[in-house]
Amino acid sequence: MDFVVEMKGITKVFPGVRANENVNFQLKKGEIHVLLGENGAGKTTLMNILYGLYQPDEGEIYVKGRKINMKSPSEAIANGIGMVHQHFMLVQNFTVAENIVLGKEPKKSINLDMNKAVEDTKKIADAYGFKIDPNAVIEDISVGQQQKVEILKALYRGAEILILDEPTAVLTPQEIEELGIILKNLVKEGKSIILITHKLKEVMGMSDRVTIIRRGKVINTVNTKDTNIEQLAEMMVGRKVNLVVEKKPAQPKDVIFKVEKLEALDHRGLPALKGINLQVRAGEILGIAGVDGNGQTELLEVITGLRKAKSGKVIINNKDITGKSPKEIIESGISNIPEDRHKRGLVLKYSLAENSILGMHNKKPFANGIIMNYAKIKEFARKLIDEFDVRTPNEDVAASSLSGGNQQKMIVAREIAKDPDLIIAAQPTRGLDVGAIEYIHKRLVEERDKGRGVLLVSLELDEVMALSDRIAVIYDGEIVGILDAKDATENDLGILMAGGKLESLSKGGVQ
Amino acid sequence: MKNKKIIQSAVSSLIFPLVSIIVAMLVAVIFVMWAKHISFIKGFQVMFKAIWNGSFGRKDNFIETLVYVIPLLFTGLANAVAFKTGLFNIGVEGEFMISIAVGAIVGTIQGIPPVIHVILVLISGTLAGVIWAGIVGYLKAKVGSNEVVNSIMMNYIALYFSNYLVMGPFNQKGLAQTADIQPSAMLWRFLGENYRLNIGIFIGLLMVVLVYIFFWKTTWGYEIRAVGINQYAAEYGGINIKKNIILAMAISGGIAGLGGAVYVSGIQHHAIQMVSFTGYGFDGIAVALLAKNNPIGVIFSALLFGALNTSSISLQMANIPKQIVFLIQAIILIFVASDYVYKWIAEKRRKGALLNE
Repeated sequence: MDFVVEMKGITKVFPGVRANENVNFQLKKGEIHVLLGENGAGKTTLMNILYGLYQPDEGEIYVKGRKINMKSPSEAIANGIGMVHQHFMLVQNFTVAENIVLGKEPKKSINLDMNKAVEDTKKIADAYGFKIDPNAVIEDISVGQQQKVEILKALYRGAEILILDEPTAVLTPQEIEELGIILKNLVKEGKSIILITHKLKEVMGMSDRVTIIRRGKVINTVNTKDTNIEQLAEMMVGRKVNLVVEKKPAQPKDVIFKVEKLEALDHRGLPALKGINLQVRAGEILGIAGVDGNGQTELLEVITGLRKAKSGKVIINNKDITGKSPKEIIESGISNIPEDRHKRGLVLKYSLAENSILGMHNKKPFANGIIMNYAKIKEFARKLIDEFDVRTPNEDVAASSLSGGNQQKMIVAREIAKDPDLIIAAQPTRGLDVGAIEYIHKRLVEERDKGRGVLLVSLELDEVMALSDRIAVIYDGEIVGILDAKDATENDLGILMAGGKLESLSKGGVQ
Repeated sequence: MKNKKIIQSAVSSLIFPLVSIIVAMLVAVIFVMWAKHISFIKGFQVMFKAIWNGSFGRKDNFIETLVYVIPLLFTGLANAVAFKTGLFNIGVEGEFMISIAVGAIVGTIQGIPPVIHVILVLISGTLAGVIWAGIVGYLKAKVGSNEVVNSIMMNYIALYFSNYLVMGPFNQKGLAQTADIQPSAMLWRFLGENYRLNIGIFIGLLMVVLVYIFFWKTTWGYEIRAVGINQYAAEYGGINIKKNIILAMAISGGIAGLGGAVYVSGIQHHAIQMVSFTGYGFDGIAVALLAKNNPIGVIFSALLFGALNTSSISLQMANIPKQIVFLIQAIILIFVASDYVYKWIAEKRRKGALLNE
């Protein structure tokens, strides 16, 4: 057999979740194998088991034909397995070389041999075609570069088998392309690669074989060249899916929402917004594209009153709401689908009925003075549940007992029910299954057609491109370009997202 | 159908505390065996009989148990309100004490008509508690200083300040106490003057109902609970967190203060010089924990703690050290706390598993 990794009959149960059920997985030498599945399907759990972070309840792991009891990551590393996590584990104020040798430092008697560390880093980077400066400090280099450091770290430890968990989530389109080339080089050098992802386009572009996981079970393993995106989507979701958002051209009206020269600091007190200007018209979706951490979170927090602005203005319907309380801002016609539904969107231990009025709980008919009218509240919750197809036994169950998709539907329902002029949708479909994504996209377009303004912020470029009528690109706290969605290409957006400039823009093209 | 479900959930939430009480009793028996050199069965009989007779078995003792229950109802509720908001108001003890002193002083004023005088005592005690806890809440909300540390410090201020009042300007000559309050300021002892039981117990039960309504039927309660469960979601939903922190502390302190006033006007009738704390405030923490911060549950856990306290005399008479009572209380608390810890870990593990996807 030429399998470098074979996992047989893996079962892993968490309290309340069957994360993996009798999973079989095989990795051939020198292939790029994608593990495809929706969020929560059990991909990461399976790989954490292979990397020794979790112990399986049942099942066996073979590496190069030898049965291994994967007790810990060090066991995995000793067997030539390296993993690059979704969230990087680098020491921010160390240099690239220091990070790469960390834990396996070259020594001169008892001292760290820094020259050798730099030399080793250079050697290994050149061997696989990485362009990276060994002496650069991690916090000064881009996310794409940091990812390369993570990969090099694994290679330095002698990894023959590389696991990459959602490696493209933080990258611009150009960086994704570059990653593809790096992976091809690694395979050429005889490495085998497992790629965890839920993005279908990348599967087609990067892999040799695909294993599809749904609800903890393997659905199929296929050769990439024998399949197509539609087939993969169907296997991943379990039914036919409509991958395109259907929408008519927008009928934008007056500007209802403006952000003018907005500046704000982040939680460390460093400038996060450096003079943002934006306008949203009634009846249009303005999408904000950008790599994570370029000021999106701070921008939304300032707009919704959760963060103080340093200067500048936020205006809705000609009313200045800068620095107002969240309550006043909700009341002036802004509703918000927050980016973190567990942290901000829901009080998880509250019932759906109680959650359905969060932000409206002081209003009639839900409250009369300070006495709440639970009959009316429940009636309202039932109406939302019906209208938005929230799958739940009734309105009395705790929000925590619902699936992510249904929780998000409940939030979307509540925010639309506030009858706002502007809907802010931050990562509205993060972590949801395709069915829920379809539904939420459809609803947002519907609300646009009713004449509301929508401000969409998403890290998924595909989502921004599919939904938006205009696309603003945010980079390092500034809006570096606003494109009409029908003229925007992935390439152009990618350049802007990485801080580059577009010819057409500098010549005063689309603005 | 729905009522059945509510009863079911009430029963299932009761099982854990009940089991922990039984286990605590059984463990306590081992210490009785040890102290008295008798068999397990015998030890169980002796101890259980002493506790039963000392708390419920005899009329006098039962009434005295109810007297103990009165302050515990208030301090238990006060702690439950704070816990529900995610605050640890360790200062219930101090709020209780300061309002005893204030209530005793207001109670000694002469020439106020009976009903009005009682109400005046209760209101002044409540206000004292509101101010005492409100200071802590205000500091927490405005400066972010820790409410645990501050409320502990406020306890000591309450202790020494009320001692100053009792021994200084309002001292009854020759005694380490204030003068007795006027009869017009006393709560009605409805079983006659031989028993200390008074209508304060009904005020306590009324507070249980009010707190229940407050938590689950008003917008204030909705906001306070939301802040307690998830501050970020509450903030996002337009709920003013600082306001709710101050409000919750003030309400918690007000209930504790009302308890102190009821204590002075119904039970003790004067304030005495204190060497250390009364303990009612701290016992209230245990009462609230055992009741899982449910106001209805506070009635039952106050009854249990009241019964254990009263039975210490009959335990001593049966040659069992009265510390056995603290032992039982401690074991119950360990169980309750371990339940919290278990749930916390289970939740964390589940979250960890989900987040990793």
